[in-house]
Amino acid sequence: GCEGAESSKTRFKLCLDLWNKIKTETEDLQDELNRNILDSLLEFTRKCSSTRRHGDWASQMRASEIPTAALVLGVNVPDHDMTFQSLSELLRCSVTPHVASLQAKECGALKHLMKRVLERLMDAVVDDEEEEEEEEEIQHSGALLHKSVHCSLRALCDWYCSKTKKSSCSSSGKKRSSSAVDEQQQLPVVIIFKDLEAFNPKVLQDFILICSRYLDRLPLMFIFGIATSPSIVQRMLPHSVSSLLCLELFQSLSCTQHLTTVIDKLILTHSFPFKLNGKVMQVLVSIFLYHDFSVRNFIKGLQLALLEHFHSQPLSSLCCRKKEAQIQLQQLGAADLERIRQLPSFNRCKNAQQQEQDNLRTDDAYLKEVCQKLLKALHKYHKNYYPILRCLHTLTSSLPRYPLGKQVRELHLICLEKNVWESEDYQTAMKLLKMLAKDELISLLQKCAEVLQPVKSKKMKNALVQLEELLDKLKQLNGKLVEENLTSPVKNLQKKTDLFQLQKTLLEMNESRRSKRMSPFEVLRNEVVEFVDGLVKNHLLPPESKPLYEVCYYSSSATVRRHLNATPRTSIQAALSSPYCYIQNDILKSEDGSVSNAAPDICIAHKLHLECGRLINLFDWLEAYSTVVSAAEGNGPDSDGFGKVDEVKHARFIRAVSEMEFLGFIKATKKKTDHVARLTWGGC
Amino acid sequence: MIPTLSSSIISGVAQTGMAGLLEHPGYDGEKLRRVSEQLPCREVQAGMLLSLMGEPQQYCYPSLFIYGHRASGKSHVVNVLMKELELPHVTVSCVECVSVALLFEQVLLSFFGCDAASLLPRSPSISDFVRIYKQQTSEFPSKQTRYIVMEQAELLRDANVNLLPALLRLQELVEDNVSVILLSEIVWDKFRPNTGCFEPLLLHFPDYSKAELLHILSAHRHPSYSAGFYSSYVNILLGVFYAVCRDLRELRHLAALNFSKFCEPVAAGKVKETETHKLWKNIEPHLKKAMQTVYLREVSSLQWEQMDEHETGALRGLSAHTHVELPYYSKFLLIAAYLASYNPARTDKRFFVKHHGKIKKTNFLKKNEKTSNHLLGPKPFPLDRLLAIFYSVVDSRVAPTASIFSQISSLVTLQLLTLVSHDDQLDSPKYKCSVSLDFISAISRTVNFDIVKYLYDFL
Repeated sequence: GCEGAESSKTRFKLCLDLWNKIKTETEDLQDELNRNILDSLLEFTRKCSSTRRHGDWASQMRASEIPTAALVLGVNVPDHDMTFQSLSELLRCSVTPHVASLQAKECGALKHLMKRVLERLMDAVVDDEEEEEEEEEIQHSGALLHKSVHCSLRALCDWYCSKTKKSSCSSSGKKRSSSAVDEQQQLPVVIIFKDLEAFNPKVLQDFILICSRYLDRLPLMFIFGIATSPSIVQRMLPHSVSSLLCLELFQSLSCTQHLTTVIDKLILTHSFPFKLNGKVMQVLVSIFLYHDFSVRNFIKGLQLALLEHFHSQPLSSLCCRKKEAQIQLQQLGAADLERIRQLPSFNRCKNAQQQEQDNLRTDDAYLKEVCQKLLKALHKYHKNYYPILRCLHTLTSSLPRYPLGKQVRELHLICLEKNVWESEDYQTAMKLLKMLAKDELISLLQKCAEVLQPVKSKKMKNALVQLEELLDKLKQLNGKLVEENLTSPVKNLQKKTDLFQLQKTLLEMNESRRSKRMSPFEVLRNEVVEFVDGLVKNHLLPPESKPLYEVCYYSSSATVRRHLNATPRTSIQAALSSPYCYIQNDILKSEDGSVSNAAPDICIAHKLHLECGRLINLFDWLEAYSTVVSAAEGNGPDSDGFGKVDEVKHARFIRAVSEMEFLGFIKATKKKTDHVARLTWGGC
Repeated sequence: MIPTLSSSIISGVAQTGMAGLLEHPGYDGEKLRRVSEQLPCREVQAGMLLSLMGEPQQYCYPSLFIYGHRASGKSHVVNVLMKELELPHVTVSCVECVSVALLFEQVLLSFFGCDAASLLPRSPSISDFVRIYKQQTSEFPSKQTRYIVMEQAELLRDANVNLLPALLRLQELVEDNVSVILLSEIVWDKFRPNTGCFEPLLLHFPDYSKAELLHILSAHRHPSYSAGFYSSYVNILLGVFYAVCRDLRELRHLAALNFSKFCEPVAAGKVKETETHKLWKNIEPHLKKAMQTVYLREVSSLQWEQMDEHETGALRGLSAHTHVELPYYSKFLLIAAYLASYNPARTDKRFFVKHHGKIKKTNFLKKNEKTSNHLLGPKPFPLDRLLAIFYSVVDSRVAPTASIFSQISSLVTLQLLTLVSHDDQLDSPKYKCSVSLDFISAISRTVNFDIVKYLYDFL
């Protein structure tokens, strides 16, 4: 027990470390991916705030338009939060402190929208100026009181004026670095509408109308977060309103590309010791592609798998970097060593020799030694697996009809499942590779060399050397090819010949073509393909074939599926028809799908209602229920009270019925008195 | 065809210019001159308004109702009169007044100052307002008429039913020399409450004529170009845009946006300012393009100006971006919703049941509804039907997981579906599909689903 606690502590620590690493990696990744779009957005806001007041003729004549950035983010709404968060942080740091972001669900009416805007903008000030004098605090609390009285843009405008005046005073007083130019150029007030589609169009229109009235005093600007397509702006706003906006479009990276980079960084790398097996990976990817397109949820899924792995697998304490793993191995207790002996992958690889088997079974030190070797091998396997996977992908991803998939993750899934070289798709891919033209082949091989370049493993270095040799040979072929073309047998025909001679030469030519020796390029090409094939067969073995793979690989896809892709209907159905699976009480056990009469009331009511048609007579239902319950109470059919409805039974029945109504199985109907309507099919 | 200034139009403009001198007893002549300078082509209306208002200390008619199309100078005329003649007034925009409290507060604030406004209770009624107003006016009586100007007055109809009638006879209620001026784009007939009310005096502001627009627009010429040059530009602009847009504000905006392009050949020295025909030839296609893009806000004015510089013309408008990427099952849910919306429910059996028995095709195809369902628009359908079609349309077995259901509601928030019945999820909700045929065809192409085969209209 104590030992287990010890290992669970280290496991927890490992898990936490890994998760923190994943988190920071993904955040960095997100920032990097958003950088482009955010930079252009920031540029836009700066441009807007600087060009606002030129005072020249054109800007006087032009209708004052509110600069608006339409940010098209895609339908993966859960991911947008992070984007908006980093966006508003960036804006706060580098453009303006006045940023308010709004969500549709908190802005049902114009009043609420206004209130939120004022709150966000003015509260931000409170946070910013905490270290300033008390006077302001008092002033501010006065403003807060005032605000509750009237929540209008006029108040915001006054606030903004006092704010800019104050800041210009203080900056000149304290002689900050801000120059006179800065003071003239007003800081814009940015309002972010996170989910434009969900806003009430009327509210939005009114708000824009109001804002446009204050534009000369309040340098407003909007950012619309759009999930579908930019034409939604025109659908939501009439021309009279949309003409008040100066709309510019910003398109973000598509979520599938985002996922690809995330998988690249977190999964297709040997630097994370924690791995997913094929099925779990499949579940996570299919949730992403089929259901939500949300990268955040994908990472959540990864986190779940991580937690589950370290929680449920005692040997997961070995799931860390190579050196730490060696140390952990030395500290393993007897129970854990026994677990290693039980591992199926370990048993599979054991040598047949009796002596050694005995040693392994009895000698802990020997076992540790063997395990150390095996762990090393596993790490090596990972180190070689990913570069080769990428090489194979670069070679096959541009083949017609994509026999091995367009994305690396598809190829990875295939490789996780089985020996990839045994699959038919792989054979066709190799055949197609054998038909590549020279320049294509060279460019692909160069890309492969680039992939292999940074890898430090010995085998990969060897592979790189061989690859470069092949490349050199291919490049040198140029001259030879021309020669080859010149020495064609056609020149035999140049002399004038008779018919017989001609026939003979033609036959010869035919013969020679059939058994023609391959050109040096073809030979070389075959060599290349052989070489690639060799690499694949050596390094792209499925992880299941490796001993001790259970340490690193999480394989319970059912758990992940159950947690991430819940099926409430099925669970309710299961709970009602076989309560034993939730209430583990032996009385409730039943064999043939029938419900025991001792089951909870709602189960009995549910079972009985399955026997009815579209409309259910409540009284009949009650009668049936009372009969079943009487039987459960142990009253024989002959006794007096059998099937009688007493008050308690009546109340229990009513409760069961209303619970079923709440779960959506039945509803009240006006078609017939004393009846309820069924909302489900089946049964009978 | 080159639009030219006809002499009659010029003389018309000249006439209105001549008649524009406002005269009214009780107001300073100098001020009136300044007013009429600022109100070109609206002298008649301004004069009428002045005579209705009477002299500053005289009682005015309790309520005036001014209506006319957008940008016909309603607010401008009233504001200029109030400002230049220095009359006590408050201008309230009804859009801004999300509650009546705000309205009352603004009025009291600008008539009597902060203290009066703070007397208002938390959620004031009209009688609170009247009480405080009366109290204040006895303390600070005014010799001149006070004016309350309400812009976008049509929104008053959505406010409390008593508000509009009370405002119309506010003079009577507060027993003070106050007058309410309502500005609206809608005629008075659409305002009248069923219970009846005090009828305000109606004043119509007609649209500016083409000549008037020309006159006003030319008045704001670019300082570095001659008046004649600018007015010939405005004339060309009106020739293109007058058919689609008479909004002065918008026209001025467009004039400012495109003027630099118009000047280009002159600035380059290729054309003289007087060569109208060449200038017209240069600018006309540009303006036509502007009508299709920047006027419709397909392209923002900023982008329009930048496009001028590198002249690529390959700018894609907003409506060009219609592609939406959706998760796999969302696509099928949307397809199912589209089918449910545009196919009659009785035809589902024919489309989705494999062995639909003896429904004779000829009998079936007898379209008793002559009109196509696509002309009638989407019809509401219950959730059950959507799911039934979804399961038969999607090619693999799909578990009814929570995420399938949440996808339906996220389609609703994305406005691809609309919830037509009440919000109660328990009592079989109904939806409508609100995407176009083009959109759904594009979606179904990505999943290799031939939607036309499944649509009753295209059988």
